[in-house]
Order: sequence, then C-alpha cells, then structure tokens
Amino acid sequence: MNEQTLTPEQRTANLKGMGTSRKRVEDVRFTQGKGNYVDDIKMDGMLFGDFVRSPYAHARVKNIDTSAAAAVPGVVAVLTAADLEPLGLHWMPTLAGDKQMVLADGKVLFQGQEVAYVIAEDRYIAADAAELVEVDYEELPVVVDPFKALEPDAPVLREDIAGNMEGAHGPRKHNNHIFTWEQGDKDATEAVLAEADVVAEEMVYYHRTHPCPLETCGCVASMDKVTGKLTLYGTFQAPHAIRTVVSLISGLAEHNIRVISPDIGGGFGNKVGAYSGYVCSVVASIVTGKPVKWVEDRMENLMSTAFARDYWMQGKIAATKEGKITGLWCHTTADHGGFDACADPTKFPAGFMNICTGSYDIPTAYLTVDGVYTNKAPGGVAYRCSFRVTEAAYFIERMIEILAIRLNMDAAELRRINFIRADQFPYQSALGWEYDSGDYHTAWDKAMKAVGYDGLRAEQAQQLADFNAGKTRKLMGIGLTHFTEIVGAGPVKNCDILGLGMFDSCEIRIHPTGSAIARLGTISQGQGHATTFAQIIASEIGIPADDITLEEGDTDTAPYGLGTYGSRSTPVAGAATAMAGRKIRAKAQMIAAYLLEVHDDDVEFDVDRFVVTGAPERFKTMKEIAFAAYNQAIPGIEPGLEAVSYYDPPNMTYPFGAYVCVLDIDVDTGEADIRSFYALDDCGTRINPMIIEGQVHGGLTEALAIAMGQEIAYDDMGNVKTGTLMDFFWPTAWETPNYQTDWTTTPSPHHPIGAKGVGESPNVGGVPCFSNAVHDAFRSFGLTQSHMPHDHWRIWKTANGLGLHG
Amino acid sequence: MIPAGFEYHRPTDIGAALSILQEHGDEARVIAGGHSLIPMMKLRMADIGHLVDLQDIGELRGIATDGGTAVIGAMVTQHELITHDGLASAIPLIREASLQIADPQVRYLGTIGGNVANGDPGNDMPGLMQCLDAQFELTGPDGSRTVPARAFYEAAYFTARDDEEILARIHIPIPGAGTGYAYEKQKRKIGDYATAASAVLISVQGGSCSAASIAMTNLADTPIWAAAAAAALVGSSLDDAARSAAVAAAVEAIDPVSDNRGPVEFKKHVAGVVLRRAIDRAASRAS
Ligand SMILES: Cc1cc2nc3c(=O)[nH]c(=O)nc-3n(C[C@H](O)[C@H](O)[C@H](O)COP(=O)(O)OP(=O)(O)OC[C@H]3O[C@@H](n4cnc5c(N)ncnc54)[C@H](O)[C@@H]3O)c2cc1C
Repeated sequence: MNEQTLTPEQRTANLKGMGTSRKRVEDVRFTQGKGNYVDDIKMDGMLFGDFVRSPYAHARVKNIDTSAAAAVPGVVAVLTAADLEPLGLHWMPTLAGDKQMVLADGKVLFQGQEVAYVIAEDRYIAADAAELVEVDYEELPVVVDPFKALEPDAPVLREDIAGNMEGAHGPRKHNNHIFTWEQGDKDATEAVLAEADVVAEEMVYYHRTHPCPLETCGCVASMDKVTGKLTLYGTFQAPHAIRTVVSLISGLAEHNIRVISPDIGGGFGNKVGAYSGYVCSVVASIVTGKPVKWVEDRMENLMSTAFARDYWMQGKIAATKEGKITGLWCHTTADHGGFDACADPTKFPAGFMNICTGSYDIPTAYLTVDGVYTNKAPGGVAYRCSFRVTEAAYFIERMIEILAIRLNMDAAELRRINFIRADQFPYQSALGWEYDSGDYHTAWDKAMKAVGYDGLRAEQAQQLADFNAGKTRKLMGIGLTHFTEIVGAGPVKNCDILGLGMFDSCEIRIHPTGSAIARLGTISQGQGHATTFAQIIASEIGIPADDITLEEGDTDTAPYGLGTYGSRSTPVAGAATAMAGRKIRAKAQMIAAYLLEVHDDDVEFDVDRFVVTGAPERFKTMKEIAFAAYNQAIPGIEPGLEAVSYYDPPNMTYPFGAYVCVLDIDVDTGEADIRSFYALDDCGTRINPMIIEGQVHGGLTEALAIAMGQEIAYDDMGNVKTGTLMDFFWPTAWETPNYQTDWTTTPSPHHPIGAKGVGESPNVGGVPCFSNAVHDAFRSFGLTQSHMPHDHWRIWKTANGLGLHG
Repeated sequence: MIPAGFEYHRPTDIGAALSILQEHGDEARVIAGGHSLIPMMKLRMADIGHLVDLQDIGELRGIATDGGTAVIGAMVTQHELITHDGLASAIPLIREASLQIADPQVRYLGTIGGNVANGDPGNDMPGLMQCLDAQFELTGPDGSRTVPARAFYEAAYFTARDDEEILARIHIPIPGAGTGYAYEKQKRKIGDYATAASAVLISVQGGSCSAASIAMTNLADTPIWAAAAAAALVGSSLDDAARSAAVAAAVEAIDPVSDNRGPVEFKKHVAGVVLRRAIDRAASRAS
C-alpha cells in the first residue's frame, strides 16, 4: 500500500489524532523511573537550603540567634528576615494582592511559618544546623476560628496593616477582615426569600484540606555570576508567571531569568503560588554564586504550602411548593489563614464562587464572601478545580438535597425540574456568567437509566425496612450530583493574574522532513499534554501524532502562557494549538496549490494532504508540502513552515456531569462502604478517551479522599493535627472503589475544537456525590446536614445523634 | 524528615550486640525492621547515637512449632508469620492478626520482636501476645530471663525490658485443638493503626465455654488483657447475655484517649462493637 491506496479511514487512523485512545507518551519514562523531577537535578557545587519553622501559630519573634548553626562545619550561611530586608525581600507580594513574609519579620502567624533559612553543603548538615537556630518566641493569643477572628475584641493578627481599612479588594471592616465580595441582586433575592412558599436554610462547611501532590514543592536556583543569568528549576504550574514575578521582586531583568519546570509529580493547585523557599533559594544562589536546592518534606508541604477550601457557606434556597427554585442566597466566611495567598484571577478574590447557582435555572441570586485572616497557613488554592468551583458545586448540590428534604421530594426529580434546558443556552446566570452550552436533561436521564435509579430507591427502601426491623445494621445511601463547572480562565477582558492576561499560547514548527515540534505556555503535571496536544495538531494539520514532539515549561523556548491549573490547558492552550495548526494549514494550502499548479481555492484538505478539487489523484501530502516549504523558492511565500498563536478565549467553557454513588453505612462503626460509583462527564469534544477516563478515576479518588477523611485540622492552639500521611487521608488501592465512567458530548460552541477540559470535573462533582450519599443514608431519620469529612467517628456521631445506637 | 547523625553497627551474634549496648548505654538502641524506629528518628523524636542492627544475627530468626509451644525468633518478620504454614495451623490467630497490620511493604521488614518490644499502644502484636499468654525471652549481660507478655507493658513506650537486654525469642503455648479465635480490627485505611482492635480465644466443652482470653489494642496506654471479660464467658453457654457481659467488662477495663481517630465516647463504643464481633467469630469457630 502507498499514499495512493490507503483509504481516508486508514490515513486518519495513522495520525492517531483526536478521538483516539493513544497511549501516553510520557509513561515510557515514568513507568521506568526515568522521569526528571526537581529533586533529580544535581549540579556541581550545589548547596541545600532548609527552613527553621515556627512551632507556634501566633507569636512574637523577639530574637533569633543563628551563631551555633552558622558554626556547624559545612554551613554556608543562615538567612533571617534581617538579611533579606536590605534587599526588600523579607516580604513578597501574593497573587491575591496581599503581601506575605518570606521569613518571619517580628512575628509568626501560623505553625510551620518560615523563620530562618539554613544553607549548607548537604541536606543532612542543613537539617542538623536548623535544629541549632535559637528563636526566642513570645506566644500570642491564637485565633483559628474565622468567626471569632471577626469579633470586636479579637487579637489583631496582621499588625503590618492594622488600621489600614482599604484592602486590595475594597474596604476592610475589621483588622482581621480581608475583603467582601458581592455578586447578584441583594434586594431582589431578599424579596424572593420573603415571599417564597418554601425556604430551606443551612450552613454548609467545606473543610480545609490540602492538594498534597505526590511530589512536594521544590526548586534549584542557579545564578551564573559570569553571564548574569539566573536559571530557576522548580515545581511550577505557571513557569512564565513565576519568571515575571521573580523579575519584579528581585529586580533582575526578565531576559536574564530562565525558569524551567521539569517533570512535575502532581500539582493540583499546590504549585501555582510563589513560596518562601523559592525566594530564599534565589537569594542564596545570588549571594553564594552556587546552585541552591530546596525541597519540602511531606510535613512541610502539609503545614505550610497552600491549603485548599475552608469555606463556611450559609445558604438559603427558595422554591415554590412544586419545587421550582425561585432564589438563592449565600454568605460565605472564607478562612484564608495568615496571609491572603489565594491563587485567583485578580478581579475574583473568591474565585468563581459565583458559579454557585450550579446547573439550575435560578432567576434570582445573591452572594457575598468575606475573606478572613486566622492563625493558619495561607493558601486557598484551587485543589483540582477551577477557582472555588468545588466549593460552589458542593454548596449548591447540598442545598438542592436540603430543599428536597424540605419539600419531601425525590432529589433526582427536583434537579430535573430545575435544570437549565438545552434550548436556554447560551444561558445568562443570575450571578453573572454566560454558560456556553449544555444539555443537562439528556445527561441526567442517561445516568438515571444507567444506574437503574428507581430500582436503587426500591432496594434502599427494603434495606431501611430491614434496618428498622433489626435485621441489619447497615443503611444504604444514594448520592446524586449534577455539577456545572466553569473552566478555562480566561478572557483577558476579565481574567488576569498580577496584571498578566490569562491567554495561552502554542508555537508549532514543522521540520523539512514533515515531523514537528510544538511548544506551549502550559505545563503538564500528569495530565498527559505531550500526548493530547500532539493529537490536536495531528488532526489539524495531518502529521502523525507520533511525529510531533511537545515541549512545555522552559521559559527560554516556550511562548508565554499563564500555565496549567483551573482546567485551562485544553480550553485555552488547546485552542491556541488548534489555531496555530490552522495557520500552518493555511500556508500549506498555498504551497500545495503552487506545487499542483492550481489556484489556492482549488485544493482542499483531506486528512493528511491537500487534494485538487474534483481530481483526487492529484494531491500533495503534508510531508511533501513541508519539504517544499524549505527547498523551493515560492513566489510571494516566505520559506519555512511554522506558526504561533496566542489565544484569548471569548468565554469560559462549562463542562458538566451527572454522578451517582451508592454506599452502605455501618451505623455502629461509622464505616462507609462504597458499593458503586457512576460518573457521566460531558467535556465537549473528547481528544483522548483513555486519558479522560484516567483523569476521571484520579479525580474521583481525590474526591473520595476529601469527602471521606482528608483534612487539615488544627487544635485550639493552632497546632496542625494532620501533618503526616498517617493522619492525612490518602486512599490506597484498597479504599478506592471501582468507577463506571460514561459520557455525553456537547461541544463548546466557541472553542475551535469544541473541547472543554475534564481533569477537575471528577473532583468537583465527586465530593458532593460522596457526601450526598452519606447524608442520603440518614435522610429518613431526619438528617439535613453533617459536615465533611465523613470519617468513621463523624458518621458514628451522626448516627448517635439520631438515636441509632439504641 | 532527616534524622540526626548516628553510628551504625551490624553485629553477627547476640553477645556482640550486647557488648555494643553495654558500651554505649543510653546512646545505643537496637534496630530490627526499622518501621517504627526510623520514623521516630526522622521526626527527631528519637535521637540515637548508635544503632545496632540485628539483621545479621541468625539465632534471632526461625519459627518452631514442635511440642506444645511455638517458639518464634524476635527477627521473624510479619510476612514470615503470615506465610509459615506450620504456624498458621498451630495458631491461626497469628496469621489473622498479622494480615491486619500495615501493608505488605511494611510487613516484609517489620518484625514480631520489634512490634512487641516497641511498647507503642498502637501496635497489634502486644495485645495478641497477651491474649495468647506468650512469654518473652530476654537476653542481657547477666543471661536470660522470661517475662510474660501480660506483665511486660508498663506504660506507652515503657516495658519490663532493661535497656541492655535484647528480646531473643517469644514462646507461645499452642492452644488446644478446636479453640475458636478471632482478631478484629477497625482502622481508617490500609496502613493505619487500630481505632480499636481485639484478640479473642474461646474454648468450648460440652456446650459451655471452658476457657477464654480477651485482649484489647490501642484503647489505653498499654494493651489491655481483659481478665474480667474472659471470666464473663467462662462457664456460660456463650449466650447473648454472657457475650454482652464480656463486652461490658472489657469496655470498663479500657481507657482510650481522644485523637484524630475520634473522641473517647466513640472509641469505647467501637471497642465494644469490635469485641462483640470478635467473640461472635471466635465462638462460631470453637468446637
Ligand atoms: C505505615 C506503617 C503502618 C503500620 N501499621 C501498623 C499496624 O497496623 N499495626 C502494627 O502493629 N504495627 C504497624 N506498623 C509498625 C510495624 O509493624 C513495625 O514494623 C513494628 O511496630 C516494629 O517492628 P520493627 O521490626 O520494624 O522494629 P523497629 O522499628 O526496628 O524497632 C522498634 C522498637 O523496638 C526495639 N526492638 C526491636 N527489636 C528488638 C529486640 N529484638 N529486642 C529489643 N528491642 C527491640 C527497637 O529498639 C525500637 O525501639 C506500621 C508501620 C508503618 C511504617
């Protein structure tokens, strides 16, 4: 067979383009232990940094004596805030418009805060010397409860801004208050609530947890004093933004900084922000002229780098007697810890919490969020979700269940009668978003049919009867969720981080022999970009995916982009990839027409070639066209075949899904046993079904963790109680149930290939689904709300409170 | 998570190990599988100048089940306890309990000696050994002595073993044929220590319980051998009232503390549930 005889189907299959379950090219190195992570980087003369951290959650730092540590053989230097101050680097700006101490400047605000940085010839010496730094603390009253933080006589945590009542996001009403964010129509919503047939009200708490990626945060900073260039390797989800931030805060010219994100062992939002470790390592390298490595250990990761959630969401939902929702009200108290270091687009201090009307046609809504300082670690990052979308989804999916209880209605039916209908898209939500597309009823009905919903309810009723008759001690719960995400931040007109518009980019170069390299402004942390983005290019320009190298993460070579988080890579960089591919295809068309001696309009694209219209035997393959681009002088066309696209999306994308979880609860031990989990995801056009399935499995497992046990818990003194993996719940294969995945396809109308992003959906939809299942098991005993995580003792406490222990 | 510096010793017989212990006193500590000790060192909760590795001491290995007693070397791993068929048929309770400890990776290295000598109330084997009425053979500079498991534990991390003694072997009377057994453990996930666990042995003769032994794990600062609970079963027909009385007596004997696994009230309740299930299973196996 040759170029002539292959059918279009065979040629399409050879490309391994979109829609193919192409195997992940990354896995060849990962499964052989040949990945190259930050901690694998070794350089001549490399030094190691280690932190002295505060054992107290709130204390004045009266004195730091570094002399004993500095005297240890092999210790090069010990940095404190006093050393950084002359450089103006003892504080750094946060992504949320606040500032944060790099090293304790007179006080500490959370347990685990960085106090001093020891630089030594190896990490063992650094760890030993860190023990010898003597810090004189004077303990201060600790505030771990955000509501207490706002009481009139609460201790002032942030003395640096005490009395300054104008914050980065408007007025502050208390010294421990950060911002108030207000969306929607207050008066109209209050009027609806006042007149409604039914109003259900509840406090819904989404507890503090942590992304806890397998690889912790770290970096290697290397200042070349001869060239004046700084190379910074790190676990960065946004390498280009980090380069700009380093330039702005260090004063080094941006062209003299090269940031490289090598392989990253999971990010989940933990690796978006800038940390003291990066700043101190850069300073240490500049001062010593040697490379300096810093890598967190697990406890440091859990205690000090960005946490997630910690939202107290007071909700009111109004409806008619028949269950038609008429209004939604939400006031959130957001615990941000000691500094506001959330990683949200600048204009969204509470992220996209205003997606909290969910999948429902709610005509009137009002949302306020109060950000609060407490003596906890800073963060508030989007752990496997777009900014605060998981909080929003949890909130609305709990409120729907609570409303169903109030109305004595089936929760599946209540959802169905309130879904935004397919014909309402694009849909303008009451809290300001334009949902691009969706078909919720189709997805929901497919899900209900797949799980045999009515049968499940009958089985549940039987089990309940058996329970009441003393035949079993297990209750069956059916958890439902229909979530709508908002991902792909985002349009530059309203999305930026530190003033950097949230576009993204792709550059494609076709080599003379017809293979290619593509570089993007994003960075994979396990998502499989090298596999999927090559598939987009393969389909767009007809070069086999296997002939395309994909690179990300080196700011000296990749085009500028805002990085990978918030499911933005496919919606934004994936769109840029398609657009860059189309530019190449347009030029290839002109070259083909020249070679075939016809007019540009007389050739058409056919899988991997341009064909003369009406004469299928006359064509030029992309391989031939690529070679011609480099060896022929074509009048009016520049040599070469490459293109770059910077894509500013016109809108976000709105993936959605319908999930059903069935579990059994042992009321005596509080154990929950997941029987089954069905996940239908609609992420628009599906680029690689196998990768989608993998992402869904991973996200659901993280959702299981969060819903069923994972938390960052503090005691009243601000001590972290869950600082190791013995107590911070990471499910093993044993605890992980089987998942049944499914899909519908509703392409995004504004995205060049109709794709929406999927990596975070399972976490956004999974958490409420597991939680709703637990709640549902107790519904007939009168439970309306019990807070996550649903670990054994909390479930037991619920059962006990409902009188189920006799 | 980097331990402080230490010297590493690897003697090949007990005598050599003992002299290193004597030479360095407080500064020295033996290491077996390291799966309790190394985490403590990494957390810098244990600062040990001299680590004496017992891996190369052959006389601390091996399992024998001849006669009426099983003799298990201190360096026998939990994995070996599970895979030794002779032991499994002599004392099936040991396999059932060992399979509920940690995960296979930990069990490949973790030893029975380390588990019982450690003195951590979270360890499963101390309670198991009390239930089985094991005897611990300790070898020190002045020779050997034997301490019953039921008299070994004084407080968390405090045992009857002297600093200069090494636990050499564990002697366990093999329960009579037909003894019912069960190890029941509630934990938050694989690899977690017990929220509550209990070991139960029950013998029956002519329809009534002739002997019983009950021990509870991670419900006080030492394992609890609940003599009163066992006594509530002995002589009964193992009827519901007797089982409930045994549970009540055991719950009375424990003294759990509140931690991330839950508050005291919850732990007491779960201890009762776990014990009741263990009694039920052991009774169903007794013949
Ligand atoms: C993730 C994880 C989960 C775990 N889960 C469980 C669990 O569910 N249940 C459970 O019971 N255990 C659990 N463990 C502990 C594990 O079983 C350990 O292996 C065991 O507690 C100690 O055995 P070791 O051989 O590793 O002892 P080491 O850690 O080497 O030593 C422990 C202590 O005993 C002393 N010691 C050891 N051998 C002797 C000897 N022969 N004579 C005198 N002193 C000695 C040491 O000096 C040290 O103080 C877990 C461990 C891990 C890491």
